[in-house]
Amino acid sequence: MTEISAADAAVPVVLAVNGTEHRVAVEPRKTLADALREDCGLTGTHLGCEHGVCGACTVLADGEPVRSCLLFAVQAHGAEIRTVEGLAAADGTLHPLQEAFWRHHGLQCGFCTPGFLMLSAGVLESRPDIGDDELREALSSNLCRCTGYQTIVEAVQSVRDAAEA
Amino acid sequence: MGQPDDRRGRIGASVLRLEDRPLLVGEGRFLADVSFPRELHLRVVRSDVAHGLLRGVDLGEARASEGVVAAWSAEEVAHLGAIEFRMTGLDELRPHCQRVLASERVRYVGDPVAVVIATDPYLAEDAAELAFVDIEPLQPVLDAASPDAIAPLTLAHEHGDIEAAFAGAHRVVELHAAVGRHSGIPLETRGLLARPTDGPEGIGVELYGVAKVPHYNCATIAAMLGLKPGQVVGREGHVGGGFGVRGELYPEDLLVTHAALKLGRPVKWVEDRREHLLAANHSRDQSYRLRAAVDAGGVVQALEAEFFHDQGAYVRTHGATVPNLSVALLPGPYLVPAYRVRGHIRLTNKTPSGTYRAPGRFESTFVRERLMDAVATACGLDAAEVRRRNLIPPDAMPFDRGVSTLSTPVVYDSGDYARTLERLLDHMGYESLQEALAKRRAAGEMAGLGLGMFVEKSGLGPFEDVRVRYLPGGGVEVVTGAASVGQGMETVIAQICAEVLGVDYGEVTVRHGQTDMIGRGMGAFASRVTVMTGVAVYLAASELAATGEPAEATFSADHMTYPYGAHAAVVSVDPGTGGVTVERYVVTYDVGRAVNPMLCEGQIVGGVAQGVGGTLLELFSYDADGQPLATSFMDYLMPTVAEQPQVEVLLSEDAPSPLNPLGVMGAGEGGTNACGAAIAAAIDDAIGRPGAVRALPATPELVRSLIRA
Repeated sequence: MTEISAADAAVPVVLAVNGTEHRVAVEPRKTLADALREDCGLTGTHLGCEHGVCGACTVLADGEPVRSCLLFAVQAHGAEIRTVEGLAAADGTLHPLQEAFWRHHGLQCGFCTPGFLMLSAGVLESRPDIGDDELREALSSNLCRCTGYQTIVEAVQSVRDAAEA
Repeated sequence: MGQPDDRRGRIGASVLRLEDRPLLVGEGRFLADVSFPRELHLRVVRSDVAHGLLRGVDLGEARASEGVVAAWSAEEVAHLGAIEFRMTGLDELRPHCQRVLASERVRYVGDPVAVVIATDPYLAEDAAELAFVDIEPLQPVLDAASPDAIAPLTLAHEHGDIEAAFAGAHRVVELHAAVGRHSGIPLETRGLLARPTDGPEGIGVELYGVAKVPHYNCATIAAMLGLKPGQVVGREGHVGGGFGVRGELYPEDLLVTHAALKLGRPVKWVEDRREHLLAANHSRDQSYRLRAAVDAGGVVQALEAEFFHDQGAYVRTHGATVPNLSVALLPGPYLVPAYRVRGHIRLTNKTPSGTYRAPGRFESTFVRERLMDAVATACGLDAAEVRRRNLIPPDAMPFDRGVSTLSTPVVYDSGDYARTLERLLDHMGYESLQEALAKRRAAGEMAGLGLGMFVEKSGLGPFEDVRVRYLPGGGVEVVTGAASVGQGMETVIAQICAEVLGVDYGEVTVRHGQTDMIGRGMGAFASRVTVMTGVAVYLAASELAATGEPAEATFSADHMTYPYGAHAAVVSVDPGTGGVTVERYVVTYDVGRAVNPMLCEGQIVGGVAQGVGGTLLELFSYDADGQPLATSFMDYLMPTVAEQPQVEVLLSEDAPSPLNPLGVMGAGEGGTNACGAAIAAAIDDAIGRPGAVRALPATPELVRSLIRA
């Protein structure tokens, strides 16, 4: 049996992240989260559990919130990926969700924040008029250990309500 | 500088945090985000047996694995010794300190036995799986009350005439109650990156990922590695939650630093979640037996308590801190003229334990408040009334509790406990709420109300230093040896500084956690930063305001401050599943003076979430072989937004601390303190069985069994 060295097995992948194409070579076993952080230099996406429960690594893939720790980078080939680094405008103007998390004290340590922002962005973009109960249900996808969640919920509600008004 | 009226961020203003922007845009610098060229990655090989004789560790295959630079077991690092106590170190506990790698014997699943260092984290993990660890299993001890548990020490305290009180008691009320094993579980796992440096004193090392107590950790690591204190420099970055767990000195910190110096390359270690659940400090896990001597009026004249503290396999940096806090703070806000307590520290084959938000208080408040409810039931009194009759009155302040903890006598500095209780009851509409719940129960629902009162502690000394200066290019710089664990300390410290100097708080830059910027610092724990660093900043900024010259100040404190409050929970119980829904949650908390009420409320609401977790969901359970059953977030259940109640916070400033010129007390732990007490009482009320909930967490399984008993 021929031993296959893992490093030799790196394959070329194009990751389209926040509108920029990153041509990287990754082992097939490398997660999307690790590829974003290490190969694309985008460390805003955080790893809190690496088994798909906490949601700190949530990014948008073709508009859908996904756990980037549960996707391999090779699976994201060709998808439009959005991370927290792409949320603010190019001139630094914060996205309404970022602004709302700030105003509502929706973060303390900030480790879960990128995941919650991307989850919320995905939810509001697909369901701009989502009701409170469904919004809470959607936000129960991710874990925060600092805030007790209510300021996060208030922040996302405020953005939804402002867009509706 | 703006006009005074335009200034933002004076003391008492709920201004937005200075910390937030980088965290919102993905520019946070958490430990895992820091990298250096040529860095190596360390992976720990851990025991998969709870108790056993370590016959050998064969690292041959691991060393031959791709990318591996080094692999070591205990003999290669024997010179590093055992990790000393940071707090409450008692000689009887010293033989049970943890060495950086186990030799001869493993004592819990997760006990580090070897390390593998490789050029890539995936390769390090591959190689670690090739380590062959030969362990001869022994019977594990999993019950702290078992005669087989190693028994290094019993803490004891007594004051007042216990015998006379029991002899003359109108009735004696007894209670057994226990709090399960759970912990802080910050969302960022632990990690460290050690980078060798060339300094004037020779080779040194910079540590990224230090937290909570950077000065202490760097000095201790230096001493253990035979370096001078200044050769180990702490570089605190963003910290993804502390809660007591993160930032203590762990075996991995020594191993990573040693590896970097030995190999002459940066070495990085980021634990995975399973490791965190196995290896970072656990907490709680205390079981109590209480007896109260009660007079005819329902007043507790004496309290006798015995408890077992399950310390796990080793005694780590906290020494006897947690049981010591239990001993000292068990009587809480009540007069209790006579008190006798014995706290047995016992070792078991579980993960070592340490502090977690409201350490020794979440546990002791749960059992004390359960006892007060039992007294109320025995005396035919309402839960609020029995508390009224037992509270320490405001004219008894300062109140000497007659006991010491953390090397300082417990003297409650100020407080109006009755007022905080009445504020809670008024806000809830206590009597009409009770009537409404009785109607719901009469209609077949299980719904109920519970109360819990507590005294917290904060502002632990002995000192904190601060330097303040005007920056040449404008603005103000504060340098402190305290640390940030994500709680918002930069904003709070900036507000205090801004108040004194008459500037906008946004003009103040707070530097912390950099050990080469200031000679000493105590760090961030025990809800101490707003008090200790806050007052030091107040003093230094006052001098700067007077002279215009850079100023330094030290704030020293021999006594802690004691904030206090009350919790109330309304719950409903599903009779079929035993599932508990917290419908409403109210917290009153008196912090003396709130520098930023929004941040105080954030601390309280977040604290409640952790309290709810420990009360209803979170449990480190083990099978009969000592195998941990909660090693992922699928099994260790933390509250999501779906389980978290809307928390109503009634922050008050009735009793400013007389111990500091700002009157401030810490706000970090009161949200967690009485959750177990209030929710347990509410479950009792809902299921119509007073005193039923005597163990936490009150899982659906437990509650269902109580309903059917």
